[in-house]
Amino acid sequence: MATTASGSAKIERQISLPMSQAVKIAWRNITIRLSRAIITGAGTLLGIAFLMSVFTANFVQQAQGIEISAAQQQKNAWLVVMSLLVSVVGITNAMLMSVTERYKEIGTIKCLGALDNFVVRMFLIESGLLGLVGSAIGAAVGMLFMLATGLSVLGQLNWSGLFASFGICILLGTVLSVVAAVPPAIRAAKMPPADAMRTEI
Amino acid sequence: MVTETTVNPNEEESYTGNENVVRVRGVTRTYEVGGQPVHALRGVDIDIKRGEYISIMGPSGSGKSTLFNMVGGLDKPTTGTVFIDEVDIAQLDAFELAWMRCRKIGYIFQSYNLIPVMTALENITLPMIFAGADLDEQMEKGRKLLEAVGIAHRMHNKPMQLSGGQQQRVAIARALANDPAIILADEPTGNLDQKTGHEIIELLKRLNRESGVTIITATHDDKMLNVSDRIVWITDGKIDRIKHRSEVDITVGTVEGGV
Repeated sequence: MATTASGSAKIERQISLPMSQAVKIAWRNITIRLSRAIITGAGTLLGIAFLMSVFTANFVQQAQGIEISAAQQQKNAWLVVMSLLVSVVGITNAMLMSVTERYKEIGTIKCLGALDNFVVRMFLIESGLLGLVGSAIGAAVGMLFMLATGLSVLGQLNWSGLFASFGICILLGTVLSVVAAVPPAIRAAKMPPADAMRTEI
Repeated sequence: MVTETTVNPNEEESYTGNENVVRVRGVTRTYEVGGQPVHALRGVDIDIKRGEYISIMGPSGSGKSTLFNMVGGLDKPTTGTVFIDEVDIAQLDAFELAWMRCRKIGYIFQSYNLIPVMTALENITLPMIFAGADLDEQMEKGRKLLEAVGIAHRMHNKPMQLSGGQQQRVAIARALANDPAIILADEPTGNLDQKTGHEIIELLKRLNRESGVTIITATHDDKMLNVSDRIVWITDGKIDRIKHRSEVDITVGTVEGGV
């Protein structure tokens, strides 16, 4: 009580929490609301599974000596872009709902001293972690599915290229998940702490 | 009574320092609702002494919540000034406001507002995490606070596993986590039955006496009047009257009938 008794205590600036704390809290938010997290992650999973299956199909056809036409490649690219866009919109939507659900909780932690940038980070990390797990599973599923079509040419496959694609898929899935969560995270951070007081909603 | 509430600014400045933890000077607050200005506060002056237990009463729409948010650093005045611990809150940036909410003010809510995904102990240590305390400090103080509010045996339970009264006790411990100068309690007994509500009020009063923390509540609960040092009535955005406890005739028998 020393600071409160003196009355002369100066106002300081609130410290930013270390990343590890934000990761810890975000991870807990995921595990406790697992069913919602799975649905959010499934968006990334499906989009990335499709992307990886297209990559893998290309490598399989290459190994089989089949020439892929430029028109076909263009069509594939178009489909991949569309599917990823759908994933992004899905994630944004799921995260927006998650923010609305936690309206009071966000107001409360702001009352307890959370900075806006902590709230933003919390939601971005949460979405990023979901994206990481979702795209890792999605990439594995997409790859295995397409490899099953080319079992006879597994020996001639460009494995290093394939694994590079795998890495690209995971990176892309994670980045897109984080980007998709930016609007919801900013909305959460803008919430006035006084709203925690409100009893209706 | 009028002399109690009238403020002479010149006299006031001569002995600033520790006496008043909150000073509200000529505060108005106007909102825009659908393009129409709504005057929530129309000129409010009040001093709240360190260690005081104050209840703010008033019907909904009276400006009670606005004043309450103002003294709790959750809202800024349209005109006038609010000093919390001698600091003009209008001058603070977001980082300083967050620091003040974290260290100077403890919040208690009508619906408890515990973080559902965290245990009782984790809820209490959260404000300490925001204050940058190390883990040992958090655990030791968290335990101590849980003992002080009488629920040490439920420290590893999640809020859902606790009764309303127990949740509010956790919330009170959380509000005390960083030794605040002020505890802001918004209808702390609003969701509780008479008996539990009474226990919570007793607990708040005990903490007020023991640690000297200033308690400001917004309430409809007549039980709260018994323990308040002063009661402030707000009507139409202005202070209607301020009374000391001794001036208020409270008959506890009417409490049951009034609810």
